[in-house]
Amino acid sequence: MTVAMPPSDDAVLARRAEIVAALKRIVPGEGVIDSETAMRPYESDGLTAYRQLPMVVVLPETTEQVSAVLAYCHRQGVKVVPRGAGTSLSGGALPLDDGVLLGMAKFNRIRTIDYDNRIAVVEPGVTNLAVSQAVADAAFYYAPDPSSQIACTIGGNVAENSGGVHCLKYGVTTNNVLGCELVLMNGEVLRLGGSYLDSAGYDLLGIVTGSEGLLGVVTEVTVRILKKPETARAALIGFLSSEDGGECVARIIGSGIIPGGMEMMDGPAIRAAEDFVHAGYPLDVEALLIVELDGPGAEVDHLLDRVQKIAQECRAVNCRVSNSEDERLLFWAGRKAAFPAVGRISPDYYCMDGTIPRAKLPLVLHRMKELSAKYGLRVANVFHAGDGNLHPLILYDANKPGELERAENFGADILRLCVEVGGVLTGEHGVGVEKRDLMPVMFSETDLNQQMRLKCAFDDKSLLNPGKVFPTLHRCAELGRMHVHAGRVAFPEIPRF
Amino acid sequence: MSQDLKPRDAAEVEQAVQWALADEKTLEIVGAGSKRAIGRAAQWDATLDLSGLSGITLYEPAELVLSAKAGTPLAEIETLLAANAQELAFEPLDYGPLLGVPPGAATIGGVIAANLSGPRRVKAGAARDHFLGVAAVSGRGESFKAGGRVVKNVTGYDLCKLLAGSWGTLAAMTEVTVKTLPRAETEETLLLLPRDDATAAKVMTVAIGSFADVSGAAYLPAGLASRVDEVRALGGGATALRLEGVAPSVAHRKDLLAKLLAEFGKLESLSAAASRALWRPIRDVAPFAAGGQLGEYHVWRISTAPARGVEVGRKLTEAAGAEVFYDWAGGLVWAALPPADDVGATIVRAIVGTAGGHATLIRAPAAVRAKVDVFEPQNRALDALTKRVREGFDPRGILNAGRMWAGV
Repeated sequence: MTVAMPPSDDAVLARRAEIVAALKRIVPGEGVIDSETAMRPYESDGLTAYRQLPMVVVLPETTEQVSAVLAYCHRQGVKVVPRGAGTSLSGGALPLDDGVLLGMAKFNRIRTIDYDNRIAVVEPGVTNLAVSQAVADAAFYYAPDPSSQIACTIGGNVAENSGGVHCLKYGVTTNNVLGCELVLMNGEVLRLGGSYLDSAGYDLLGIVTGSEGLLGVVTEVTVRILKKPETARAALIGFLSSEDGGECVARIIGSGIIPGGMEMMDGPAIRAAEDFVHAGYPLDVEALLIVELDGPGAEVDHLLDRVQKIAQECRAVNCRVSNSEDERLLFWAGRKAAFPAVGRISPDYYCMDGTIPRAKLPLVLHRMKELSAKYGLRVANVFHAGDGNLHPLILYDANKPGELERAENFGADILRLCVEVGGVLTGEHGVGVEKRDLMPVMFSETDLNQQMRLKCAFDDKSLLNPGKVFPTLHRCAELGRMHVHAGRVAFPEIPRF
Repeated sequence: MSQDLKPRDAAEVEQAVQWALADEKTLEIVGAGSKRAIGRAAQWDATLDLSGLSGITLYEPAELVLSAKAGTPLAEIETLLAANAQELAFEPLDYGPLLGVPPGAATIGGVIAANLSGPRRVKAGAARDHFLGVAAVSGRGESFKAGGRVVKNVTGYDLCKLLAGSWGTLAAMTEVTVKTLPRAETEETLLLLPRDDATAAKVMTVAIGSFADVSGAAYLPAGLASRVDEVRALGGGATALRLEGVAPSVAHRKDLLAKLLAEFGKLESLSAAASRALWRPIRDVAPFAAGGQLGEYHVWRISTAPARGVEVGRKLTEAAGAEVFYDWAGGLVWAALPPADDVGATIVRAIVGTAGGHATLIRAPAAVRAKVDVFEPQNRALDALTKRVREGFDPRGILNAGRMWAGV
């Protein structure tokens, strides 16, 4: 796969040895990696179709080092690509051949756990799951749970505003972080938010969250921790059509129930998962819903009764309710293994990530079938049904000439379809390089320019993670220009008084 | 000709801002004007009145989404949601009673621009957490949009978060999309009469850190509790803990809390109607209402780490004679200080600075707001970044110029 990245800066490449030496003075020891072999693991992230060796890898250990590295690169006009665990599915951490790859893995300590204020202060290289594990003994947890949670880091979660399967009820990253320490490209260190709710001035933490590493490098994060629900039970409900399944989702929510998790799979995904995991999924249905209720036992039982009744009214052909923790986990096992399960039935698959208004699901699935026929490629769907986040998995074989390109075009058509029905290009995987060139499908040039002006406020030379998110790069001076027609007569048609 | 502009649609808002740019005028953006008395006392050349942009444009209960023009009265939205057993879960407070403005006047645009929330903030978040999409006109006189109508969306920067709580200093919002949620089927509130402030703080911390899934945790010390009907009968200070949900769940959690808190004192409970009646005045800061006994006091809103709130309040009382009460399990301190020019501000800033957090002067005469910082002062780097962000949206500084800080 190729994607146009910002042109290499030959002057920077010519000074590579000098730049590496300067970086080694800032981060001594093994914190600077410049041999091709040792840099190889950093050449791609979770979107492995895109690969590029960086100019040099730097692994700082302290905020002071991060600040000094960024200040140096700012002075020298050197681009920087930040990286957490490298699990991005949109190429957010794809290196640049003339850029520093700034790996944050050494920031791996949990600094404070404060149960009275229900927060944890962690370094950005701590994994998502490690936060929950650290507070598990006190029956607390960190709510956002992206499926890569054993590997992905909190810093990466902040960059991508990561979600998970429980975000309809518990929110995504932005709803669960309270503060951070942020280093700007010019080396300035800022504190945003803290151990309290609500930001003091502009909600800069809210804008940094989900900014895909384009605004600053996070060196510490304060997250909210929540008390674990007392119990959780799940219902596994099968339908003969996605329309029936979709109606069931709408009626569960319409009746006032917000499940902890609500996932849907289509026929191909159900069969692939069952073949792989043997979770006991019915094979004669076209839509399978997992509805998980959590909270006190009395509440869960009460709401599960209602969910089962709604399911019957929506023509469910199967309905099983978990009666033990093992059974609940078995229900989830198939869903959680859906990606690798699809990987077993196809040499390669391409995972998409759009969000749609829930009611449009049958229409989108129908149109996707037509696209599948048009491109001659199979597709399996898993769907965070509660929040409308759809993950179509396009099956292809990279060894067959032209199939990868067909898969990419198919994927782009799916995302255009998501926008057409009122949805968005990406629900949780980020824009990165993958969906960068589709941004104009959703945003006008004015919309995108306004977003880029925000970047200019943080990174005046566009040195931090350039080539991601925005299809066209503009110089900040150009974006700042404004044409005012002085002396224009006030608009008479606006009512005045 | 007077300089009050009342556009009828988004295109006219764009024209109005372009006119202001061309004629080098500053604009005060107002919806219903119910929060006009909050912010630095500044002067603007003209008023951009958005109350003409009114109406709910989309509501799909099963999709949990509602869009409305920015000048739509919040009351209209809340009425429609209630008819569908839904609500804005962030429970936006009504500043009317505190500021001496008739209640129920606020617009949805104003609620978001001020990032309002209420007691349920501890569980459900603030306006920012429910603000999904926006159409707005920047200070460059350009219409732009951001976000969308779905809850899960990471496409581009989350400009909604930035606009929420920016007090109209970045853009004039013309239409907003918010998440709606089902209303709880029932609620109950447990009241506990604490021995002292420290006990009250402990009770809130224990309750909110428990399995009880508390959706409101407030403490009214004795002097103020006597001003709120629902707790006056207790004859002392009151710690209030709200439980919301389906009836079997509320009953279960009430038992759980009662056991957990037995050692701290006697518990009483308020049924649904009384519970609702209690949380409204807590939400709207009624103990400090304009026209009441403390109506002339300067009112500060302080956000701090919850477990430190009661200590902040004690210091404010000792140092400045403040009357205080607490919401958000102690994380929100409402403090009313006897009127004394800027003396109170120095004390508040020092105490909050030590504890960590920030303070906003919500009610004070214009003369005081002209002399002291209304919003928490920022350090040099943060102030510079704030100004650069503002310049990106409003390079000539025409929208609500100077409402938050000098130059912002």
